[in-house]
Amino acid sequence: MGPTVTEWCLIIGSACHHSHPLQIFEYNGSALVAMVGKNCFAIASDRRLGVQLQTIATDFQRVFKIHDRLYIGLSGLATDAQTMYQKLVFRHKMYQLREERDMKPQTFASLVSALLYEKRFGPFFCQPVIAGLGDNDEPFICTMDCLGAKELAKDFVVSGTASESLYGACESMYKPDMGPEELFETISQALLSSVDRDCLSGWGGYVLLVTPTEVQEKILKGRMD
Amino acid sequence: MVKMTDLPIKGGFSFDLCTRNQMLLEKGLQMPPFRKTGTTIVGLVFQDGVVLGADTRATEGPIVADKNCEKIHFMASNIYCCGAGTAADTEAVTDMVSSQLQLHRYATGRESRVVTALTLLKSHLFSYQGHVSAALILGGVDVTGPHLHTVYPHGSTDTLPFATMGSGSLAAMSVFESKYREGLTREEGIELVAEAICAGIFNDLGSGSNVDVCVITKGQTEYLRNYQLPNPRTYISSKGYSFVKGQTEVLSTKITPIQPKVETVGGDAMEE
Repeated sequence: MGPTVTEWCLIIGSACHHSHPLQIFEYNGSALVAMVGKNCFAIASDRRLGVQLQTIATDFQRVFKIHDRLYIGLSGLATDAQTMYQKLVFRHKMYQLREERDMKPQTFASLVSALLYEKRFGPFFCQPVIAGLGDNDEPFICTMDCLGAKELAKDFVVSGTASESLYGACESMYKPDMGPEELFETISQALLSSVDRDCLSGWGGYVLLVTPTEVQEKILKGRMD
Repeated sequence: MVKMTDLPIKGGFSFDLCTRNQMLLEKGLQMPPFRKTGTTIVGLVFQDGVVLGADTRATEGPIVADKNCEKIHFMASNIYCCGAGTAADTEAVTDMVSSQLQLHRYATGRESRVVTALTLLKSHLFSYQGHVSAALILGGVDVTGPHLHTVYPHGSTDTLPFATMGSGSLAAMSVFESKYREGLTREEGIELVAEAICAGIFNDLGSGSNVDVCVITKGQTEYLRNYQLPNPRTYISSKGYSFVKGQTEVLSTKITPIQPKVETVGGDAMEE
């Protein structure tokens, strides 16, 4: 069997830039951040999809819904992110059929970790950011590397090519126990200032804010370069 | 005959993306850095049991990914294991052996022994020939007494009265070699372990943040999470950043109320 369409794109793309090695996490570019507030959480991503230095789309979805109170963002290679998302939705639907309820965020994080670790010697090149509201409306966020090593944080988690800038921005701007409006402003400012320092991500922002009663999705205006 | 897509694959690793990844490697792919626990981990035997210690920094290349991660993993109520190396490997291998020990306890009806955990770990790591990159310090107290072992990624083990592993192991070992003696009391043991971890935190770049300590004695285990916090954040401005509401420019908003899930309680049972 010959190479698939994705593999042809990778071959052609890398042929144009054979002067430096193919950095797989920088092939598509991405920026993801999740933050915890008081009984709420926010997860934000950029909107660019590129093939190395060429931009293909400016409305690419990186944050996906698992159920009303649980969302996952997937950074890294876009094809692996979409495949991971499809596998996870399948596993969650089977869980819903068996258990007749939604998965808790901690359980879901263990599921994602197990799926990634299963591919230890031939991994998916994606780094998930999981955010959800657990029991008693307690927000839960976590991130993993591409092998499934979980990092549970109480404040914020970041992922993607802009992650180093995001670490810096979030460390300075984060405050504990923010309300939904303040959390929205903080996560948006952290995202926009970080992607401005990263060539491979940006072209607007998408912020999803979840409180116990509603879900707010906002598209941010950012620099289109 | 219709083949059903069966849901959970029967455990173990799956190699189906290896052909694609090999093709990418030939195209010049550089494998991304995995999250490692740079680390200083230590263990020592004192008069009543075992003390384990670890720092709390997780790195991804040169960046600190987690400032307060847990490196002392639960194996059984009387056995704990510190892990260094690739973070996913140490977590997965300790979780797996912990579950196997639980099943073994159900089968035998006895408290787990440290050598059981040791044999399970070393045989798993040896069968993967060092590719599962987990370097562990395993310590516990069972009916035969206190035990401390080190396990290397290729599957070799050592049984020692005091041990250090990880990138900060030389700094920590220097403290142990000068100050360790047999028959330490509990307080002396904890102090020595904390001092060794601090040596790793301050002198090794791969280790940092806080000191975790775990004290295991016959019949009792104390997990002292964040026993010492020698690196507090003192430079934060008390006011922080405050953003005015509406400062960020928004192009569009969509608000969806969350429908509360209706739980049906009661109802008639099905007939027959």
